[in-house]
Amino acid sequence: MAVVSRDFRELRLEQVSRDFGQLHALRDVTLTVQRGEFVALLGPSGCGKSTALNCIAGLLQVTGGAIWLDEQRLDALGPEDRGFGMVFQNYALFPHMTVRRNIGFGLVTQRRPKPEITRRVDEALALVRLETQAEKLPGQLSGGQQQRVAIARAIVVEPPLVLMDEPLSNLDAKLRLEMRAEIRRIHTMLGCSTIYVTHDQEEALSLADRILVMIEGQTRQIGTPEELYARPANADVAEFMGYRNLFSSPTEAADGGLTVSIGGARLVGTPVGAVGAFATVAIRPDDLRLTGDGPIAAMVEFAEYHGRDFYAVARMADGTELYFRSDARVAAGEAVRLRAAPSRVLVYAA
Amino acid sequence: MSAARLPLHRRLREYGLDSVTLLVIPGVLFVLALFFYPFLYGLMLSFQPKAGGWLANYTKFFSDPFLYDTIRITLVMAVPVTVLNVVLSVPVALRVRLMRHQRLLTTILVIPITLGTVMVAEGLLTYLGPRGWLNRTLLEFGLVDSPVRLVHNYWGVMLSLIITGFPFTFLLTLSYVTGIDPALEQAGAVLGARPRERFRRILLPLLAPGLAITLALAFVQAFTVFPSAILLGAPAGPTRVISVIAYQAAFEQYDYSLASAIAMLMAAVQLVIISLLLAARSLVFRGPASTGKG
Repeated sequence: MAVVSRDFRELRLEQVSRDFGQLHALRDVTLTVQRGEFVALLGPSGCGKSTALNCIAGLLQVTGGAIWLDEQRLDALGPEDRGFGMVFQNYALFPHMTVRRNIGFGLVTQRRPKPEITRRVDEALALVRLETQAEKLPGQLSGGQQQRVAIARAIVVEPPLVLMDEPLSNLDAKLRLEMRAEIRRIHTMLGCSTIYVTHDQEEALSLADRILVMIEGQTRQIGTPEELYARPANADVAEFMGYRNLFSSPTEAADGGLTVSIGGARLVGTPVGAVGAFATVAIRPDDLRLTGDGPIAAMVEFAEYHGRDFYAVARMADGTELYFRSDARVAAGEAVRLRAAPSRVLVYAA
Repeated sequence: MSAARLPLHRRLREYGLDSVTLLVIPGVLFVLALFFYPFLYGLMLSFQPKAGGWLANYTKFFSDPFLYDTIRITLVMAVPVTVLNVVLSVPVALRVRLMRHQRLLTTILVIPITLGTVMVAEGLLTYLGPRGWLNRTLLEFGLVDSPVRLVHNYWGVMLSLIITGFPFTFLLTLSYVTGIDPALEQAGAVLGARPRERFRRILLPLLAPGLAITLALAFVQAFTVFPSAILLGAPAGPTRVISVIAYQAAFEQYDYSLASAIAMLMAAVQLVIISLLLAARSLVFRGPASTGKG
């Protein structure tokens, strides 16, 4: 029987750490999740985001810090007593049970009366639009349908918090977009909190109210999708958020910003945080624009056609590599001039 | 328009028959020559008794309690041992699955298999005998007044069958247990199921088909017990198992026909038990013990 209630204000992680022997998989992660909030844990593979999720679920013991649900401390409780819902990366559906029995599992362990179980499973089936598949075994379903069963099984117990561990990573591109919308729809409809682990920044940006970027077991930034996209807090996050162009550069103070030099070309940039005499400059490929009089001169090495635009790699005279997007056709061997708006040239402490 | 007919060898290949299939022929010949022929020969031989009609051996077996009682004796020996070995294997395998030095432990457990029953029997005779270490220790500490009888009776054979049978059931069970996706148990735990309930509702149903196979193989092994029944048991009384009377018929009375009949009855009992196990197996879920494409 779950000891935590659905009515809660917030889940707090206070300096949660997890070591595996000498390896610090998770270091001092602090996060508050409000009721109804959708938070994504985003990071490259092996960054500790799944470890964090397993610690919240109770599948892993924390080796430091505390997890609170309002005034109740959770980290000493087993997973059985936390009453959360969890969607696993490989769905972890019980292969010997029908869809109906899979979804009803959590209600049966709660010793709910039979008619209630039937009613609530029916509701969950309707929510994930699987009414016609109730008597099938998971092995008879497609990947997307299995995914829906996994979600239904997690939410049918009306958990205060739903944990999702890269739930879309096993689906093909089209289904992934569909399920993304579905997850958002279900989240909004139920009003539960969701913590969602992913390595796909697009997924995190489109789903989450807030994103926690984790690199090497540590929180590197917590913010809204807009903040993370437009203004990463540091160079590591910038790199992960798609700032493909990263350069080391000396800095010079200038009016309205800071002057940096990239392969000999001088650009005005915006400092993020305190920046010394030497800095890391980050520019997103979409922010480098083709213009006839741009300060950066480069030679296109190759260009990929992406339908809406071209994605190109160019090299400057001194060998500096640049990535940019262009609406106009560019071809290998073409000489181009590029420019970036000062607000889109982010300068970080080296 | 009708589809063009493929050449014969292409059509055969659709059914998995091609030149590679021919490689199976030596194996088939081997099985025919070394299993089917002797089996059929024995079956025929059992219907040609030394005296009486063609069923005389079977009538003799079922009218002589000294003979037919061996089925009961052997079952009383083999069934508990089989069940015990499998029941012990499951929790041990569930623990070992999570261990880091799994290979070391499995190696240690495999040793009794490689030693062979005779060596284990010899060891047990000296260790458990009236003047063995165990009894000497028990007497020394005053825990018993007279030596505990553990050899030359039912318990001696029982122990030997556990020692040689357990590693076998354990290794089989371990392979079935490790085939179950650990995420299934985790999912059960997050959904509120405690360990006992997770075992009953998730692990056990997924293990059941494998356990049926393990039971069948372990049963055959125990039912055909011979060396330890002779060495550690009381082959004239409580451990007069069916293979002992088959041996006596063949090599003490030189009645190969009766021995063949006994062997056939032995096979029949095994067949019945295995059929029951496999029938029970078909009632439970059989499929991969994991889902998804991860």
